[in-house]
Amino acid sequence: MHLTLEFGGGLELLFGSQKKHEVEVTSPDDLKEVTMESLLSWIKDNLIKERPEMFVKESSVRPGVLVLINDSDWELCGRLETVLEENDEVIFISTLHGG
Amino acid sequence: MVRHCELCKAKRAALVRPRNRQQVCKDCFYTAFEEEIHQTIVDNKLFNRGDRVAVAASGGKDSTVLAHVLTLLNKRHDYGLDLFLLSIDEGIAGYRDDSLETVKRNETQYGIPLEVVSYKTLYNWTMDEIVKEIGLKNNCTFCGVFRRQALDRGAAKMKAVKMATGHNADDVAETILLNIVRGDIARLARCTSIITGEEGALPRCKPFKYTYEKEIVMYAYFKKLDYFSTECTYSPNAYRGFAREFIKDLEAIRPQAILDIISSGERFRIDSTAKMPEQGLCERCGYISSQKWCKACVLLDGLNRGLPKLGITRTRGKGLANGVENASGGGKLASKDDRSPSKANIDF
Repeated sequence: MHLTLEFGGGLELLFGSQKKHEVEVTSPDDLKEVTMESLLSWIKDNLIKERPEMFVKESSVRPGVLVLINDSDWELCGRLETVLEENDEVIFISTLHGG
Repeated sequence: MVRHCELCKAKRAALVRPRNRQQVCKDCFYTAFEEEIHQTIVDNKLFNRGDRVAVAASGGKDSTVLAHVLTLLNKRHDYGLDLFLLSIDEGIAGYRDDSLETVKRNETQYGIPLEVVSYKTLYNWTMDEIVKEIGLKNNCTFCGVFRRQALDRGAAKMKAVKMATGHNADDVAETILLNIVRGDIARLARCTSIITGEEGALPRCKPFKYTYEKEIVMYAYFKKLDYFSTECTYSPNAYRGFAREFIKDLEAIRPQAILDIISSGERFRIDSTAKMPEQGLCERCGYISSQKWCKACVLLDGLNRGLPKLGITRTRGKGLANGVENASGGGKLASKDDRSPSKANIDF
């Protein structure tokens, strides 16, 4: 499915200094849904250019990285278990830098 | 599934507030965020009418939101404050020059004047030059000590009576942990105060003391506030990184922990038998200091004399002889200058 990903708060540096990415994501088993968990796995395998430990920790995002799905906190829709839909917009913002 | 805001029950919920797990819409979030800060300002009497206040601004997320919110609350609640932005140029190429551009834009966006003070002017050393001299360890100590003084001097030059910094709840919780881990009782006693330096000429306060970093970032994101967000080039080596990592992991499990750590810190009472430093004045520059020379003078002296470890390494054993050995990190003998500070009790 097609998704729009955006990286902010310095995360863009891990993705070739590009903030916005239009991507086509498939789940490992085509019949299964694409969840946030599988998206993170996909990003780690296909999109991130360097230092994955700055973005993911185990199967989730590194603590300190905020996630918004269609402009809403992912805490509202189940975090990793959120099921994504066609054309969803997922934004990752890091808070781990100076103020 | 659309969740509705728990406060207005009408609009779509946009975020979950860490302090109480409440699900709120953007508008209710803005109101709660702004009014809680207003309450903190009022309850703790942070400002008086007519105060000229320096807003310490780096162009980063906290100081940008601070400038925005203070400007807004100053108007909305008629605080009667004379606000200006104060920025420090440490001379870190590729980091500070970019963030200063952001503060210059903030000056226009918020309509408050900007003053920039540089390390080069004040100390005749940029951070880049300092790092070349001392390497990548301990440079944060130099920067932190110098910046604190630079802010005070800049604010004094601009005739401010108070300074506001953007330290948030996460920062304060990290500092409490850092001080516990280091056994720094003196700092532990001071670090939860929302106003510090009241005995001096320039008290400074933290209006964001109880504000979650997550909410600052969400506020800035939703309101499309312009801020600069890159890690300082030298920060991967900072000790605070460990405390930060720990706090973030803790927040993921139990977000209220951050405010609870602050609450615990506020209630610490220092054992009366613990030896605490006494506050005096630096003999060299007149700045407040608990030693003969303030930390900035000690560090600067070390830099200028090619003794980069001066003021960094803790002396071992008793007497000046040991102190002299330690200070001469590179194997050179320190000068037997009588005006030198007592090297035997550098407090790190």
